[in-house]
Amino acid sequence: MSISSGRVIVVGAGIVGAACAWYLMRDGHQVTIVDRAGVGCGATAAGMGHIVVMDDSPAQMALTRYSRQLWNDMAPQLPASAEFVPSGTLWIADDAEEMAAAEKKAALYKSCDVDAVVLSPAELYAREANLRPGLAGALLVPADSVIYSPCAAAWLVNDVCSQGGILIKNAEVKAVRDDCVELRDGRVLQTDISVIASGTSLAELLPQFPVRARKGHLVITDRAPAFVRHQLVELGYLKSAHATEADSVAFNVQPRATGQLLIGSSRQYQMQSAQVDHGILQAMLNRAFYFMPSLKELGAVRAWAGFRAASPDHLPILGPVAGMAGVYVAGGHEGLGITTSLAGGRLIADMLAGRTSAIDPAPYLPARFAAGSGRERWHHG
Amino acid sequence: MAEKISLLVNGGKITADAGVSLAAALMNAGFVRFGTSVMAEPRGPLCGMGICMACRVQVNGQRGIRSCQTPVREGMEVVLDA
Amino acid sequence: MPEPSTPVESCDVLVAGGGPAGIAAACTAAASGAAVILVDDNSAPGGQIWRSRRKHPQKGLAGDWLAKFSAVTVRRLFGHRVVAAPQPRLLLVEGPDGAVFIRCGKLILATGARELFLPFPGWTLPNVVGAGAIQALTKSGLDVRGKRVILAGSGPLLPAVAAHLKHAGADVAFIAEQASAAKLLRFGFGLLGRSGKLRQAFTLWRRIRPWRITPGSWPVCVEKSESGLKVVIQSGVARHTLYADYLACGFGLVPNNELAILVGCAVGSGGFVQVNHENAASVDWVYAVGELTGIGGVEKGVVEGQIAGSAATKQAVDRVLLRQRAAAVKFAAALADTFALRAEVRNLADAQTVICRCEDVRLAALSGLQDARELKLQTRCGMGPCQARICGPILQLLGLPGQPSVRPPIQPCRLKTLAAQIKE
Repeated sequence: MSISSGRVIVVGAGIVGAACAWYLMRDGHQVTIVDRAGVGCGATAAGMGHIVVMDDSPAQMALTRYSRQLWNDMAPQLPASAEFVPSGTLWIADDAEEMAAAEKKAALYKSCDVDAVVLSPAELYAREANLRPGLAGALLVPADSVIYSPCAAAWLVNDVCSQGGILIKNAEVKAVRDDCVELRDGRVLQTDISVIASGTSLAELLPQFPVRARKGHLVITDRAPAFVRHQLVELGYLKSAHATEADSVAFNVQPRATGQLLIGSSRQYQMQSAQVDHGILQAMLNRAFYFMPSLKELGAVRAWAGFRAASPDHLPILGPVAGMAGVYVAGGHEGLGITTSLAGGRLIADMLAGRTSAIDPAPYLPARFAAGSGRERWHHG
Repeated sequence: MAEKISLLVNGGKITADAGVSLAAALMNAGFVRFGTSVMAEPRGPLCGMGICMACRVQVNGQRGIRSCQTPVREGMEVVLDA
Repeated sequence: MPEPSTPVESCDVLVAGGGPAGIAAACTAAASGAAVILVDDNSAPGGQIWRSRRKHPQKGLAGDWLAKFSAVTVRRLFGHRVVAAPQPRLLLVEGPDGAVFIRCGKLILATGARELFLPFPGWTLPNVVGAGAIQALTKSGLDVRGKRVILAGSGPLLPAVAAHLKHAGADVAFIAEQASAAKLLRFGFGLLGRSGKLRQAFTLWRRIRPWRITPGSWPVCVEKSESGLKVVIQSGVARHTLYADYLACGFGLVPNNELAILVGCAVGSGGFVQVNHENAASVDWVYAVGELTGIGGVEKGVVEGQIAGSAATKQAVDRVLLRQRAAAVKFAAALADTFALRAEVRNLADAQTVICRCEDVRLAALSGLQDARELKLQTRCGMGPCQARICGPILQLLGLPGQPSVRPPIQPCRLKTLAAQIKE
């Protein structure tokens, strides 16, 4: 199937919708983006903006590696407001067991052609002097980076609009049909293709997909330039922290281009309110202090919480929606939405163009959640 | 006459009346610019009542201290534009 | 390695703010025998208006209430600020010695008001300060003897500050009041019905007589000059260039409503907390008094503080107070009308004028954004350490989307304060 220069409506002006719109615009489609608020106001503003290769599964590795490449290629074009910083990621090993995990991870990354360097404690402290003494070492992934996602999304959207695309803000979508999108205000937008990238509210339009909201907290500090130089993540993040349904926290600190530090991370399911939950905030900060005690004295400017759209198998859902001609979905990116947004948008554009993609799109296809597949359910552990 | 105390500002000694705020002491000593903005423009106190954060200085190694809400203390080490 | 757990203090009534309204509330609540804690950011009681470094007692209302306050049993936490409300009736407070939790039966908010700043070219220069600011700084030791000061803005604060500065030895070179002469006259006649206010106005006028207030005038721009500041003042159709050491601007007051919003209180237009006739807010354990419910000055604050202090401790509210409150609220409305800002002064900023001082966001960057959240996320306007306290009201004045989101901590605090855990 190949459609060129068709009318496309992208529902959602977060980083995922923006990326879809951008690649579709480059393929010559007439793109309209619809968002119930503005650009990058949902999960895009609730995440850290860490562009990172992850290896929970081969499919996750393939997607994150490809997407990171797309970001690094795009970086020279991005405006300063997007605050792209090629900081690299330091995966911190708390003990010998985690150091062994770091070695294993390094080997896996190298086998996938991802640059990764095991650091001794001395090498680690030379890079990050504020970490507590007694750590076992770290794994450095140099080509990872950080970005300010709301402005990155805005740049993508503005680029689409400068090429003739249209952005409709403050417009809530009521329903999606094969040939049109209906807005709550009564407007009906005719289209050939629609791409649903509405983040945590995906189920409102496409209830067949098991996407649910996962709550996360962040704290931002006053400016403290050079206090931290790399994105720091504890390796325990992989082995325990976020694998279960239970509320969890992990050490995750990011240097911003402004000199501020962004501190995470927390995961909670079944939460309704986006209000800051002080219990989990305390746990999250105390976890950060465990790795970096000198953080305690820094000034906190703001804490906030937001929701990410999570799928049961931690992979995004990218592709055609069964039984709805011309309707595509790009959702369920969970905590990796900033990283995987570009690859996701590119895969969707490839599908519409009938082009072979750089990576196999099969693991991300919506069909995996077909009724009776067993994969549509949430598993524990 | 009020009791005089001395403090170090950017390494230099100034004196102030005991009980005055650090912001007042700094202004009396001739400091106009307390810091620079993110675009490197000079800034000084604005609100005088602890709200605008424009008068924040480093005191005894602690950054972000609002000088207008902080009484001077003998031997304080103050850094402007830290 | 969690932070050592933080003790919890308990009280029947927590008063947030130690200005006239908070002092009156604390004194009245304590008179019932209730356990009262008062928290204030400043190092001594009195708030902005009764701020003083002088040892000898103040006269009048200030002296009476400060004396009363020194005699009652109230736990005083000066130099402390509320940073979060982790649960209903539980506040997290940061002081010089670290974090404190305070659990309270009732909360009386007396957090007062701050100055409204207007952006015009040059307003971010050092020595361009608030009118209330130069008064507060002088009261805390700034030596203005021989300094040339231009006062600009609107409202009864200007003559009060002028008198204060004159007393402190400053040379007040010009007082620019943006309201028209006609409006001031109408307001003056209105005062005839209020002997106390008229006497105050007359006293002030006598003290500042050497300088006339120039109605219908305002600052247009300010630049750095060799010796200080070069200020251009619009006065009717004429423009004057004046030189000064300080330009002190006070265009009005806006309520410090962040804590009220954080605990869930409904606020109405102008950001004022909505209260009933006993100053109870929309949240059943919270009262709001003073400037927070409408700008009306010391008398209104003292009256409302007594009302809430009584109501929060189930004492009968004196009917005389309720009558005084009604009059004070009426006076507040007259003030707001007289000193409403004219369009010209709302629109002094040019494209390159900084609106958000913390993040250096200029007016030009804000155009085309219609959503408050999008505006903040895309431009960083309001993201800095003042948490939009300065630029938030400016955005509203300029007709830009700026309903600020209130998030903990409501004042910047140390990370370890935010991480404090209750000692069970």
